[in-house]
Amino acid sequence: MNTASSITDTPPPPRNDEHSAVSGKAVRPGDRIFLGLSRGSGIALLVIMAAIAVFLTYRSVLAISGDKANFLTTLDWNATGLDPKFGIAVLAFGTVVSSVIAMVIAVPVAVGIALFISHYAPRKLSSPLGYIIDLLAAVPSIIYGLWGALFLVPHLSGFYSWLNDYLGWTGIFSYSQGAARSLFTVGILLAIMILPIVTSVSREVFLQVPKMHEEAALALGATRWEVIWMSVLPFGRSGVISASMLGLGRALGETMAVATVLSPSFLINTSLLDPGGGTFAQNIASKFSEADEFGQDALIASGLVLFVITLLVNGAARLIIARRKEYSGAAA
Amino acid sequence: MSTVTDRRPVADGGTPLPVSLKQARLPRWTPPVLALVAAGAGCGIGLGAGLDSTVQWGLIAVLIFILGTFALAAGVEGTRQAKDRLATSLVWIAFLLAVVPLASLLWETVARGSKVLDGYFLSHSMGTLPDAMPGGGIYHAIIGTLEQVGLATLIAAPLGLLTAIYLVEYGRGRLAKVVTFFVDVMTGIPSIVAGLFVLSVWILILGFGPSGFAGSMALAILMMPVVVRSTEEMLKLVPNELREASLALGVPKWRTILKVVLPTSIGGITTGVMLSIARITGETAPVLLLVWGAKTINNNPFEDAQQSLPLYVFQQWQQGSEASYDRAWAAALVLIAFVMILNLVARGIARWKAPRGGRS
Repeated sequence: MNTASSITDTPPPPRNDEHSAVSGKAVRPGDRIFLGLSRGSGIALLVIMAAIAVFLTYRSVLAISGDKANFLTTLDWNATGLDPKFGIAVLAFGTVVSSVIAMVIAVPVAVGIALFISHYAPRKLSSPLGYIIDLLAAVPSIIYGLWGALFLVPHLSGFYSWLNDYLGWTGIFSYSQGAARSLFTVGILLAIMILPIVTSVSREVFLQVPKMHEEAALALGATRWEVIWMSVLPFGRSGVISASMLGLGRALGETMAVATVLSPSFLINTSLLDPGGGTFAQNIASKFSEADEFGQDALIASGLVLFVITLLVNGAARLIIARRKEYSGAAA
Repeated sequence: MSTVTDRRPVADGGTPLPVSLKQARLPRWTPPVLALVAAGAGCGIGLGAGLDSTVQWGLIAVLIFILGTFALAAGVEGTRQAKDRLATSLVWIAFLLAVVPLASLLWETVARGSKVLDGYFLSHSMGTLPDAMPGGGIYHAIIGTLEQVGLATLIAAPLGLLTAIYLVEYGRGRLAKVVTFFVDVMTGIPSIVAGLFVLSVWILILGFGPSGFAGSMALAILMMPVVVRSTEEMLKLVPNELREASLALGVPKWRTILKVVLPTSIGGITTGVMLSIARITGETAPVLLLVWGAKTINNNPFEDAQQSLPLYVFQQWQQGSEASYDRAWAAALVLIAFVMILNLVARGIARWKAPRGGRS
């Protein structure tokens, strides 16, 4: 390994070639080609990332400079004609609200399932269950969307009327009868979609809890819940947080499931149960077919905002995971 | 010692009482009996109050069960045990709560999808069939998906593999760190953003039309980081002794990698590549932006619009007629079966090729 790194850093000058066989520092052409290929593909990956950022920014600048209204605060999306006015206020609101609903529902349930698999389920069941959860993470999002639109939506109106009867006075949960194609439904669907990923990462972390911690708690007479509360959850906390952030990253960027379920409108509706609103990704998918070139640029601009948001969320998740790795490395 | 004896419960006469280390416990049959009682009570209350939704009956029963367990345990066993039992109930409920939608999703797809799924459906395209009419098929979508995913794999798998080799075998210094970081960043790119990128370069700036190849470029962007990650993990598992033994025999490094490192980890690498293929097969958003969808068979992925399975599902759903819903479910069933089979085979390979412990 050492010779390899010295080769990569300082290729020997050509005049040494006759002695190279003896000194063992030969750079064989095969080695050089192979290193070039593998390093080249690493660099290609960087170039692609840079190109994504550059081209999205370039087209976005074109779009935003042609926007006759404020790009951040306008409650409209009209990117055609001589007087284009569009803004991301509604999209940002819808994206954040639906993802927050998804997180509020999914994270406690996912932690529950992860605990069930790691600590409560019969030993024989736990590994097949983990396997099934992993399989469910692979179900394509369009199928969640189809199921959401044709099965979940019709089944939710009863529940929404009930919410309206008891919580309608808050304004958030008021529901005027109709198809339940609202941001709240989107939140529920996103919650179901991110359950498998949050569960499987949390389960991994819970299974890594040192047996000694748990046994020490048990030996002190703790009940199973106290073991979990005192040794499993504190150990797994950062893992659960980063799992949730990964799930959040998915929920933010989810396109097709939202596009099939939501009936969009460019209004900020305080009632989450009534149809309306939109998300970045959903808006791109639904507005794309009728957009001209400038309209596509406008959609690219909103995509850039989404890109930046997901980068921040994912970056934070990775940071937490990286910090945790240092911990457990020191402990082990 | 004296403090312990002092604290012993002492009867009036001064003789110490026998100490029991056992705590009062509810008998083992309590939870099932309580569950039955709760179910009965739930149905009773539901019938009595005239609630027509059976879901509400179930909710009432669950509530009675949880509260009943808590109260009983708190009375007999103490608060700590009661909390423990409460937590157990909640964890079970969380699990069941998650199983219901996921099972329903699979059930609905299989039940509704098998209605029109047959040999005709698999071997015909939509052609000029009006959307509201029953009939038609997904042959063009299957062709499109296979070609797009195949092309994406051809681009992403070698690049991803070589990048992983670079990171594990050569990677020292700043470049490797930067690449590692950006692989992580790339994993989180929403699929629609990858689609927008290819749209901006390939279609808006370079002026090409929609094609299967444009879609596969976006899919390749989504696939690459997954391949890099999984391959990296696998290469790290290869014991260093193998590399050192080969290098010590004078084998060049590149041949060591090709003949020793890669064959050792090939099972895991294949699994990773197959899982990433399964992931991009279901991607709809970039295909929607770049391939557009067609109703007829287009075997050439480099020219003109194509169809793909997930996009077909979406477009049939958009048509909104009973016949097109049936087709959407059937195509969804084919898609889910394809993805699941890929997953199962990939994990099977991982298990079959996994290095067996205890032999060295």
